[in-house]
Amino acid sequence: MAQNAVLSKISGPVVQATGMLGAQINEIVKVGESELMGEIIALRYDRASIQVYEETSGLRPGEKVERTYNPLSLELGPGLLSSIYDGIQRPLEAIRAKSGDFIARGIFVNALDQKKKWKFEARAKKGDSVKAGDILGTVQELDFEHRILVPNGVEGKLEAITSGNFTVTEEIAEIGENSIKLSHKWPVRIPRPYKEKLPLNIPLITGKRIMDTFFPIVKGGTAAIPGPFGSGKTVNQQDLAKYSDADIIIYVGCGERGNEMTDVLSEFPKLLDPKTKKPLMNRTVLVANTSNMPVAAREASIYTGITLAEYYRDQGYDIALMADSTSRWAEAMREISGRMEEMPGEEGYPAYLSKRLAEFYERGGRIKTLGAKERIGSVSLVGAVSPPGGDLSEPVSQSTLRVTKVFWALDANLSRRRHYPAINWLKSYSLYLDELQKWYGENVAADFFELRNKAMQLLQKEAELQAIVQLIGSDALPDKERLVLEVTKMIREDFLQQNSYDEVDAYSSLKKQYGMMKAIMAFHDKAVIALAQEVTFDKIVNAKEKHTISLIKRQKEDEALRTVNEVIKSLDHSFAK
Amino acid sequence: MIKEFQTVKEVFGPIVFVEGVEAAAYGEMVEIIAPNGERKKGQVLETTKGIAAVQVFGSTQGLDTKATTIRFTGDVLRFPVSDEMFGRVFNGSGEPIDKGAPIISKEKKDITGNAINPYARAEPNAFIQTGISTIDLTNTLVRGQKLPIFSASGLPHNDLAVQIARQATVLGEKEDFTVVFAAMGITHSEANFFIQDFEKTGALEKAILFLNLANDPSVERLLTPRLALTTAEYLAFEKDYQVLVILTDMTMYCDTLRELSAARQEVPGRRGYPGYMYTDLSSIYERAGRIKGKKGSITQLPILSMPDDDITHPIPDLTGYITEGQIVLSRDLYRKGIYPPVDVLPSLSRLMNSGIGDGKTREDHAGISSQVYASYAEGRDLRNLVAVVGEEALTERDRKFLRFADAFEQRFVQQGKYENRTIEQSLELGWDLVSMLPEDELKRVKPEHKGKYGKKYRK
Repeated sequence: MAQNAVLSKISGPVVQATGMLGAQINEIVKVGESELMGEIIALRYDRASIQVYEETSGLRPGEKVERTYNPLSLELGPGLLSSIYDGIQRPLEAIRAKSGDFIARGIFVNALDQKKKWKFEARAKKGDSVKAGDILGTVQELDFEHRILVPNGVEGKLEAITSGNFTVTEEIAEIGENSIKLSHKWPVRIPRPYKEKLPLNIPLITGKRIMDTFFPIVKGGTAAIPGPFGSGKTVNQQDLAKYSDADIIIYVGCGERGNEMTDVLSEFPKLLDPKTKKPLMNRTVLVANTSNMPVAAREASIYTGITLAEYYRDQGYDIALMADSTSRWAEAMREISGRMEEMPGEEGYPAYLSKRLAEFYERGGRIKTLGAKERIGSVSLVGAVSPPGGDLSEPVSQSTLRVTKVFWALDANLSRRRHYPAINWLKSYSLYLDELQKWYGENVAADFFELRNKAMQLLQKEAELQAIVQLIGSDALPDKERLVLEVTKMIREDFLQQNSYDEVDAYSSLKKQYGMMKAIMAFHDKAVIALAQEVTFDKIVNAKEKHTISLIKRQKEDEALRTVNEVIKSLDHSFAK
Repeated sequence: MIKEFQTVKEVFGPIVFVEGVEAAAYGEMVEIIAPNGERKKGQVLETTKGIAAVQVFGSTQGLDTKATTIRFTGDVLRFPVSDEMFGRVFNGSGEPIDKGAPIISKEKKDITGNAINPYARAEPNAFIQTGISTIDLTNTLVRGQKLPIFSASGLPHNDLAVQIARQATVLGEKEDFTVVFAAMGITHSEANFFIQDFEKTGALEKAILFLNLANDPSVERLLTPRLALTTAEYLAFEKDYQVLVILTDMTMYCDTLRELSAARQEVPGRRGYPGYMYTDLSSIYERAGRIKGKKGSITQLPILSMPDDDITHPIPDLTGYITEGQIVLSRDLYRKGIYPPVDVLPSLSRLMNSGIGDGKTREDHAGISSQVYASYAEGRDLRNLVAVVGEEALTERDRKFLRFADAFEQRFVQQGKYENRTIEQSLELGWDLVSMLPEDELKRVKPEHKGKYGKKYRK
């Protein structure tokens, strides 16, 4: 470089440098004497605007700027699981070892442990002709079979391949001229390629009754959880991370509380995955860019998360990514955009906000991977949204709702009543119901959706009746309608409410969910018949089965299903005239 | 490396533009010497080759574009900290105003601070007994938490804050809390109220006060909480103290942020507050917590007044998104003569579950807390119904909930300013109150606890 690349202006997280001719958009540069990491986000001839991923105070005009000739990339390979990274994939554990309890600036640490040896078992043979996406071999990463693939853009004859113990940077194979290692780099802002997208028709089972039964999400699907503060966004996200039946969880704490990450870090190693019975932490990667960490790295953290998810997806696994919260991500974009003096769109957000959100959610999906032996992998995306004042008409909520298919509407009034999960059943929706009909019919029960729809109708009826009750009191209603109120109260309290802190109740299998719903609806159907036969209303509401049903949520699956059968049997007797 | 310039080109609001500056550092502290010799502090907001924009802490009155001198100190704002600061009073920019000697210490800390590495954080889980039932039982505070008081003008948030400061203890530990108090834009008499109360209880000797009063320069308010937290971090993480930081009034802080943003001609966000207010507030609130392997902790109790009692106003809204819950004061309760007028329904402590239960408070804590809460919520709903249909139209069951809500406010919420209830007392009070309700309505408590704790109150 002939010219001297130096800083020319500093005012917050976006700085300007001159002498940058030839530098590229999205290239990573090292800024200043302390070598802070930054990314070029705009160029005007030799002048570059750089968003800096670290605090910029103390920088002076005239300090050097160094090019790296690479875009922001992740190091992908074995050793990611159970790690906690910041927004630009710096391992926080190693950073602590290096700089202490507070994050110092200008620290560079490799994302993957460079010294650890992994046992690589070759699956491909010397002389094989291989192309991108083919499995070369496997590495056991914690409880997980990590598949080492031929990197994208590489194709040819396998000249050499060796099983044995290797670090992530040692050569394991040779394809044509290319030396293949356990790890490789991938730029975060470019989606990883795949063969084709598949239809979404398998549920991502969450163990949460209101989600699985009423508003299910599919593997590869997208969901939004908007809600005002205190309505339980984070608890719901963490519950999804704990109980959903994905193979790998990527949890992105984007601009949220530090203590929440601590919570995950201290809790997940102790909890077991309901499917594999292995510690939850072993299937989790955390990306933590808390609210007080630099804002530019917050913008990058979402891309870091989705790239990690795609990497495991390409190996043929189901990934669920939780982004808490996409609003903070959007705000980071707004802040950077403001510093760039771009023309603001609605509420000061940049005009490209909805495009960026859509691009992010489009990176989800269920796909056939590249490679000779096709694998199927999926990335499901669940984004929390934090609308100011709980008002969903704001741009981030609206742009998100346009591209996501499931909407779990958190409701402050419900959480104020300690009705958890505080998901409003009247406002929420899932657009995957039709696609899932077949799966639920084959795998749970033929009448699953029939019961669900009946329950939903009752809840809708309840909402209408409530308006009247507010005026005249429930005693003034006819018995038939009072029964609706009784049954919907059971649906709300004994089915929808679910205690995340109760060992048994926290996770309900689909069978148990179906059983519980069946018991409640049987109560309803038989009560309707009994009323028609002039059994008194008091006798119906005082039936002991009502209490028995309320106990099912705290019973394990086998016991719960037994109780369901007993209840259905004994109802006829209790409702006899 | 101190450099002096007499090249002020422009004074605009609280911002001064200086020409001919080769390389001022972003965030560098400067000293501004007015033509009459008066000295002020400032900080570099924007720096380019040749021009630096400096934000002045204090009034710009008397500055000119001819004789004003700007001295660049060559460093960001650092504040000397030591453990000889106890009992001292500082102004909003950290100068002693109690006629004591200046603090001299080798430990000079950058007041912006660095973010605590999330991996280094320890889980806040030590129960703090504040002696106030509405906090201890239903919105439990734990050590290392940040729990703001959402108040409004005319409500007794100050009384509540000093009561918490006075009574807060961690069960089973002798050690008291050290109070670091930062006042931003509060009146002289309010500040006096705090000082006198601290004096009376002897807390002043181990308290450190930073006072930026209503008539002090508003821009200084951006420094005040950071000075307080820098001091708190030093005491907590280097000297093992349990620190309670009271920040009041965050609304005044945010208004200063808005004032400055307007002066910088930035694109305004909601209600004119800058778009980065969330990030800015979190750089204050996130400085609470515990660190693995360290004995000390920082617990934050920020106070803010909700303009027009509106909880959706950007200040309480953004605060609520960062802090771990909130204690909301209610004008309705206050008008009924109830102190502390804590409305438990919108109040919340997110870290409550990690601080309660067997071995910490008592095994029935979660259940009974949830039960009184849900029952009170139901009683409050019924009040609305009564307003329409009259009490006679209610069922006997509903009337019980209605009476419960009244008793809850009168006996549970209501307590004296010097009444220090133990957690046992609060728990028992909870069981006593729910005995007014039919037993099979108690769905939130574990059945075995009903017998063990609740039975003795049932007639």
